[in-house]
Amino acid sequence: MKALSQKRRHPFAGVALLLLGLLITGGLYAAATTINQAQASQEADGYSAADVDEGERLFVANCATCHGINAEGTDAGPSLIGVGAASVDFQVGTGRMPMQMHGPQAQEKPRQFNDEQTMQLAAYVASLGAGPAVPDDEYLDVDQGDPARGGELFRINCAMCHNAAAAGGALTEGKYAPSLHGVEARHIYGAMVTGPQNMPVFSDSNIPPEDKRDIIAFLKTYDSQGTPGGFSLGFLGPVSEGLFIWTGGLAVLIAPWSG
Amino acid sequence: MGEHGHGDPTESGAVIKAGDGESGKYAIDNPGLPPHRPRVADEDPKAEKRSERQVATLFLISIIGTVIFFIGYFAVELSEDLQALRLQNTLLGVGVGFAMLGIGLGVVHWAKTLMPDHELVEDRKPLRKEAERQEAEQIIDDVLEESGIKRRPLIRNTLIGAAVLAPLPFVLTLRDLDRSEDFGVERMRHSMWDEGVRLVRDPTGTPIRAADITIGSAMHVIPENLREVSGHAARLSEKAKAVVLVVRMNPDDIQQVTPGREDWTYDGIIACSKVCTHVGCPVALYERHTHHLLCPCHQSTFDAAQEFKVVFGPAGRPLPQLPITVDDEGFLVARSDFTEPVGPTYWERGSTDPEGDYNA
Amino acid sequence: MSATTEKYTEAQYLEAEQYQPATRTGRITNYVDQRVGGTGIVREFGRKIFPDHWTFMFGEVALYSFVILILSGTFLTFWFDPSMASTRYDGSYAPLQGLEMSTAYATALELSFDVRGGLFMRQLHHWAALLFVMAMSIHMLRVFFTGAFRKPRELNWVVGCALLIMGLAAGFTGYSLPDEVLSGNGLRIIDGMMKAIPVVGTYMSFFLFGGEFPGGEVIPRLYVLHIMVIPALILVLIAVHLFMVVTHKHTQYPGPGRTERNVVGYPVGPVYAAKAGGFFFIVFGILAVISGTFQINALWNYGPYDPSPVQAGAQPDWYIGPFEGVLRLMPGFVGEIPLEFVIPTPWGGNSVATPVLIPMIPIAVMFLVMFIWPWIEAWITGDKKEHHILDRPRNAPTRTAIGAASVTFYCIMWGMGSNDLIATHFMLSLNDITYWSRVLIFVGPVIAFVLTKRICLSLQRKDRETVLHGHEAGVIEMLPHGEFREKHTRPSDYELYTLVAFESPAPSGPQPNAKGKITRTEKLRARLNQWFYQDRVEPVSREEYLEALEHDHHGDGHEGGLEATDRRSIEASH
Repeated sequence: MKALSQKRRHPFAGVALLLLGLLITGGLYAAATTINQAQASQEADGYSAADVDEGERLFVANCATCHGINAEGTDAGPSLIGVGAASVDFQVGTGRMPMQMHGPQAQEKPRQFNDEQTMQLAAYVASLGAGPAVPDDEYLDVDQGDPARGGELFRINCAMCHNAAAAGGALTEGKYAPSLHGVEARHIYGAMVTGPQNMPVFSDSNIPPEDKRDIIAFLKTYDSQGTPGGFSLGFLGPVSEGLFIWTGGLAVLIAPWSG
Repeated sequence: MGEHGHGDPTESGAVIKAGDGESGKYAIDNPGLPPHRPRVADEDPKAEKRSERQVATLFLISIIGTVIFFIGYFAVELSEDLQALRLQNTLLGVGVGFAMLGIGLGVVHWAKTLMPDHELVEDRKPLRKEAERQEAEQIIDDVLEESGIKRRPLIRNTLIGAAVLAPLPFVLTLRDLDRSEDFGVERMRHSMWDEGVRLVRDPTGTPIRAADITIGSAMHVIPENLREVSGHAARLSEKAKAVVLVVRMNPDDIQQVTPGREDWTYDGIIACSKVCTHVGCPVALYERHTHHLLCPCHQSTFDAAQEFKVVFGPAGRPLPQLPITVDDEGFLVARSDFTEPVGPTYWERGSTDPEGDYNA
Repeated sequence: MSATTEKYTEAQYLEAEQYQPATRTGRITNYVDQRVGGTGIVREFGRKIFPDHWTFMFGEVALYSFVILILSGTFLTFWFDPSMASTRYDGSYAPLQGLEMSTAYATALELSFDVRGGLFMRQLHHWAALLFVMAMSIHMLRVFFTGAFRKPRELNWVVGCALLIMGLAAGFTGYSLPDEVLSGNGLRIIDGMMKAIPVVGTYMSFFLFGGEFPGGEVIPRLYVLHIMVIPALILVLIAVHLFMVVTHKHTQYPGPGRTERNVVGYPVGPVYAAKAGGFFFIVFGILAVISGTFQINALWNYGPYDPSPVQAGAQPDWYIGPFEGVLRLMPGFVGEIPLEFVIPTPWGGNSVATPVLIPMIPIAVMFLVMFIWPWIEAWITGDKKEHHILDRPRNAPTRTAIGAASVTFYCIMWGMGSNDLIATHFMLSLNDITYWSRVLIFVGPVIAFVLTKRICLSLQRKDRETVLHGHEAGVIEMLPHGEFREKHTRPSDYELYTLVAFESPAPSGPQPNAKGKITRTEKLRARLNQWFYQDRVEPVSREEYLEALEHDHHGDGHEGGLEATDRRSIEASH
């Protein structure tokens, strides 16, 4: 008992207790929301208490203004309880969070936290409630994916917003779907499982992890194969082609006459 | 006050009403062609030689271009590696480009520097001469007179009648452009959806368990029986009417339920036709927080929380909603076909009243 | 002709047989001439004069692109199979291997990835198509703004308009052939627009698609139109067009030595032929370099056509853009009131797809007005003369302003056709762009009209000033009494003639007809005539010019004169 009472006075005891409490709350929340059937975050166990603790420190310092001191959400930002580590990994890892300013949606920008800090934040948020975890490397290995199948899935599920050449596209009221060129595999995966901003969620029951890997394989193939016809003109299709012929094409046509 | 300008410009003599004969007396008489300015190559034999060499060089560049084309064609092996294709494409393009530009620029340079550049004057011929016109008119009169077409209205009128009718057979033969057995507009009122038909994912064809759909999900769905349709074209045509989008939102977010449609959704899962009511593009861009569905072609925006009502853009009607429920195994199934024709409005579509009994 | 007339003498019939050519050229031409009579052609065309100006080249560019289209298109037909029969792709492009698709798409991929030079030819064909329509459009704008459509060239203008329509048709049918998702959705839109046409629309769609959309018939049908019917029509129209150009002889810009009765320029042989022929190779070369270095219509991205997928940034080629844009512009609802309605009938009602039909109206009106513009303008102006000297656009302010307004109208629709890309690239809201464009489509052309007209009038005033005062020399001189002023240099008569040789007709007022009555249409015409001509700047008259010359010799002050004249000329017209 002595050991236990000593540990009770341990500086981390409060944190551990809080963590326990939050875990229970989170667990209950997860149990209550049977609809939200994302993977339970046993992975929270994969993070050390120190990570969670450091993550909380970072959270309070950088995120709490909008998301609330306990990540319960405010008018300025949504609750992060149950969004999962994958969400943090995507939002912070791509620099979207912390947001610079309020706008139609969070912009990608140079990231503010390094890998370790991002992991710590993810650990903290994962500790708040069950949510999608950071993907296994197994599902990010594009060599195992089938790009042809991925392409088919991409065209059905993704191209309407992200464009057939993954160049991005417009949504309503100033929102947009970003270009997917050069986006890291884990972030593509993370976006699919968490549905950042207004993107729909593609849970594992909708698109199984293997299919997600196929989609990533397709995008990576697309990135690496280059454009066989020459310069891509921004992958924007007929509009950029029309613009090109009306500017460049016209200019070179008139040029010989100026001599 | 300046001295000039006391002449009233409307009486200045330069005022001519359009169409009143000769164009007029301008302030300055037509001075004729400006004197010819000799070019450098016209006077300096050195410059002339230089131009000659430049033209020949351009023709040589053209020859090099053709060689580049051959190199691109034979030296680059095409494979699954698209970089090789790009290299070949560039070499072919640049090769043909040089070959053509060399000739073109060479010839133009030749014309500009070495061929005579004196502007010449040619008179315009009047389009017709009066004597010729009279003669032609006479011929036409004679032809008409000799044919007797004016004097014999019976012949003329029957000929006109026959000539009007004669092309009709050729128009009629176009009737069989559509040889479908179910020809007519009635087929547009039905799709493959029916009571109990499972909703399956496109393109994998796997059925969907209601419990598997996360809130905020969007799924692209086809009827399970679509795969039974034989023939690629027939399948695409059925699919074109049957594509459905399924989204799940928090049931509290659903703002509007028309009486009679209470059981069309299942626990926040709501399904609609993906075919835009404007001109038929697939409406597939779902924003999960605003519940807006956007069509990428003309930007009609539909609100999934308000039974797909139009909130922006050119669409004139909400997207038809597919009534759904779950079967014994928990998979999503349709309760019936759509209760109205899907897709763009057509003349014979008729009442848009969803309570209408057109499916009867 | 009566048979008794001796039109040719015996000697004339024997001349050809008795002729002994002396040179080698002579022998060859004699051989041809004795069989087909080439002498006439050489005499007619060998030294025919063509005026030279860079704005005259766009018609040529269009012609040359068409030749390139035929060359590259023929190559493509050797590999492309327009069948919609299903096949499994097993070509070189990995991300599509094993997918079910139509033969059309599979062969389009095959010719891009597995036929050497196929991708280049396909890109050349597509770039040439974009250039073809662009060159035609610019050519038509040139003809419009310089008034080259006026008598006697009205019919040729109509042929040109028909060529533009055929160009659009050729482009759209070609765009649809590969049967991928992008063009498939384009056809879907065509299907939707057809179905909106009252009474016959639904059946038009059935007959085009061979049943319900998309069916298995449409690609081969479009193919026949694309490679046979439309090119044949274009060829015939081009032949008619060029025949009329030869008949009328080319127009020319006003300038020294140029009159309504002559043509000044270079003879076909050798200079004009060399320049024009060389220019064909230049156009070909430019297109080849573009096709080798810039990717166009990457159809492997889009995947085989399937009614379910669609992509963001789904756009047609540029020349269909305005049609797409005007559809995007139209609201489906005004407030909560739907524009679409049902006509109640005993058989269950007929639907009118107003949001699709209304946008077709401005397009139809625009094309109709374009076709008959030469007659509209001639009716308003009462100008029945032949015109071979072109108008400088500034000297026809109202016409130029009408043209600018139409271009603005077109460009707003065009911009709307790419509103989603404008939104993402300029960080704007798609919805805001649409709302603003709905206002701009009405306001924009008016602003453009007023602005253009003012600019034209100002340029005309500037011309007057140049004629009366000369060019500013950039040298300030001090007069003996201490006044500073800028020295002006008087341009040569050659330059001045260009600036004064134009007509500025005054409004003509209603003219009574043969019975001495002024009809209601005549009153309308007079009102339009008043509107067309009321704002005008006169060319400098001979008196004014002589006075200015006189004035130069005295070297007196410059102030006031021109402005006063000008103001009066404007006021006088009101």
